[in-house]
Amino acid sequence: MEKQDFNVTAETGIHARPATILVQTASKFSSDITLQYDGKGVNLKSIMGVMSLGVGQGAAVTISAEGADEKDAIAAIAETMKKEGLSD
Amino acid sequence: MSNRLSGIAASNGIAIAKAYMLVDPDLSFNEETITDTKREVERLHDSFSESKKELEIIKEHAVKSLGEEEAAVFEAHITILTDPELIGAIETKINDDKVNAESAVKTVTDMYIGMFEAMTDNPYMQERAGDIRDVTKRVMSHLLGVTLPSPSLIDSTSIVVSHDLTPSDTAQLDRQFVKAFITDIGGRTSHSAIMSRTLEIPAIVGTGDATTSIKDGDTIIVDGNTGDIIIDPSDDEIKQYEAEAAKFAAEQAEWKSLKDAKTVSADGKHFDIAANVGTPDDLDGVLDNGGEAIGLFRSEFLYMNSSELPTEDEQFEAYKKVAEGMNGKQVVVRTMDIGGDKHLPYLPLPEEMNPFLGYRAIRISLSQQDIFRTQLRALLRASNYGKIAIMFPMIATVNEFKQARAIYDEERQKMIDAGQPVADNIEVGMMMEIPAAVIIADKLAKYADFFSIGTNDLIQYTFAADRGNEHVSYLYQPYNPSLLRLIKQVIDTAHAEGKWAGMCGEMAGDQIAVPILMGLGLDEFSMSATSMLQTRSLMKRLNTADVKTLADKALELETNEEVQKLVEDSCK
Repeated sequence: MEKQDFNVTAETGIHARPATILVQTASKFSSDITLQYDGKGVNLKSIMGVMSLGVGQGAAVTISAEGADEKDAIAAIAETMKKEGLSD
Repeated sequence: MSNRLSGIAASNGIAIAKAYMLVDPDLSFNEETITDTKREVERLHDSFSESKKELEIIKEHAVKSLGEEEAAVFEAHITILTDPELIGAIETKINDDKVNAESAVKTVTDMYIGMFEAMTDNPYMQERAGDIRDVTKRVMSHLLGVTLPSPSLIDSTSIVVSHDLTPSDTAQLDRQFVKAFITDIGGRTSHSAIMSRTLEIPAIVGTGDATTSIKDGDTIIVDGNTGDIIIDPSDDEIKQYEAEAAKFAAEQAEWKSLKDAKTVSADGKHFDIAANVGTPDDLDGVLDNGGEAIGLFRSEFLYMNSSELPTEDEQFEAYKKVAEGMNGKQVVVRTMDIGGDKHLPYLPLPEEMNPFLGYRAIRISLSQQDIFRTQLRALLRASNYGKIAIMFPMIATVNEFKQARAIYDEERQKMIDAGQPVADNIEVGMMMEIPAAVIIADKLAKYADFFSIGTNDLIQYTFAADRGNEHVSYLYQPYNPSLLRLIKQVIDTAHAEGKWAGMCGEMAGDQIAVPILMGLGLDEFSMSATSMLQTRSLMKRLNTADVKTLADKALELETNEEVQKLVEDSCK
């Protein structure tokens, strides 16, 4: 399993537009990808799941991937997080 | 017998076509127990994929007409439709509870909607409940086999009928197919009405009940000149309106022939006809309609179509594009007019009891000077590429103007000291939209290079009547001698100091007001691009001595109606 922690710096947290892009990125991989926040875990390929967490600014989240392309998945997600201004 | 309806004529022209109802269909259904769960799951998947197909089309249209940023909402909707958890939860519901797809969809989406609405500490997420509702509506329409209309899906000649049209609706209207539109609500200055004039299609707004009186597929006649609508017209009526439409087309042709002509009265006095524009994209319309200048370039779009304050470079590029596009003709840029009914998500303003009387426009610019200075520097840089003039909105006092002008002079001097080129003929003027400023216009004229009368706000402040409030809409009285006297004062005081006076409100293109304004000596008439040629054609027929007499008479009348009648009787 591949794992990475992020600190959400975006003022509005993970809101709709970056969440959409994050979900689209995750959906490109076959691995199971999970977003964990505040003791809850959701499927990162599910926009409803991601938005239901209501991740706000300053939140510490963990994203983990398990499957054949887990390494590439986490790398791509980390890049998206940065590009969309969600984390540093 | 044909039925008639009437409303507010919002955009000229005549159209005859079948009605396309842009109205939500009945999406009610019965909860049913089913046995063939496999078939129900199939129906579910079909409805999702059909919805997705539709949204792809709508998104494509939206990208073209609105840009990537605005179209992002449809992308978000598509992501909801491809959510494995969502469709999984609905499938489970069908399989476990043996219910039809409609009720499974409703139960699951209601759960999510409730969850998002409960996020009271995060208004952004709360709004997402609306996205889920939108998507659910579309899925439901496919399950029920009814059509959820969308302006992007219109593919034959139609007249669009709806309760109201949102900015994203109007942006998706394809002029090839949409020949006119009709709405239940709205007035001449509502968003939909302004858009109809930009699109140059006839429109009637504020009909009250068009969506219930007209049925999908009805043949209708729209007379955008009078505000009349005929449902199921007789052959004679169709003939009569086809003739009217031909006459209108001939008139249009006459106007088009004036495109490259100067604007002059019958006795040869020149007036400037200019355009009001919102974005650099409006340039084509200005040039196609023979604009002699841009009398009002609203800079708000730079702030409103952005997720943060626009940088100096971004602003410079936009101003430069317009200055270059006008090829030496004057472009009057109004500095930021945010506040009132225009808000920016990234610039929090205090909650106010009376936003139109509150912290807006120049009042913000003078207190948050960094924003103002950035804009002024961008304008100064753009001044090298054409003829830029700068105009401050909402000036109420001499001190406000002097303060704004001092900041401008400071930025200008800084650039000169740094060796940056700046044009030396930049005029700096102000909007005349607050009665206090009109009353002291003789003093303001010593400092301002020009005045431009903003009639919508000037009327609202003079009559103390909120322009968005239907109960006091009778006080929107552009021809009232009280207002005409204020306008005269602005023009006379400007001329006494050798300055020019213009007008950049809807009234400048109003065919009743134009003769009076000419008679009062207004120098520049700035209006919707689509009204320019019509106004040029009107001015060509008028004699300055006659309109001067007309204006003098109007100033001595008592009411709005008397003035209107005076003009109608004498300019037949």
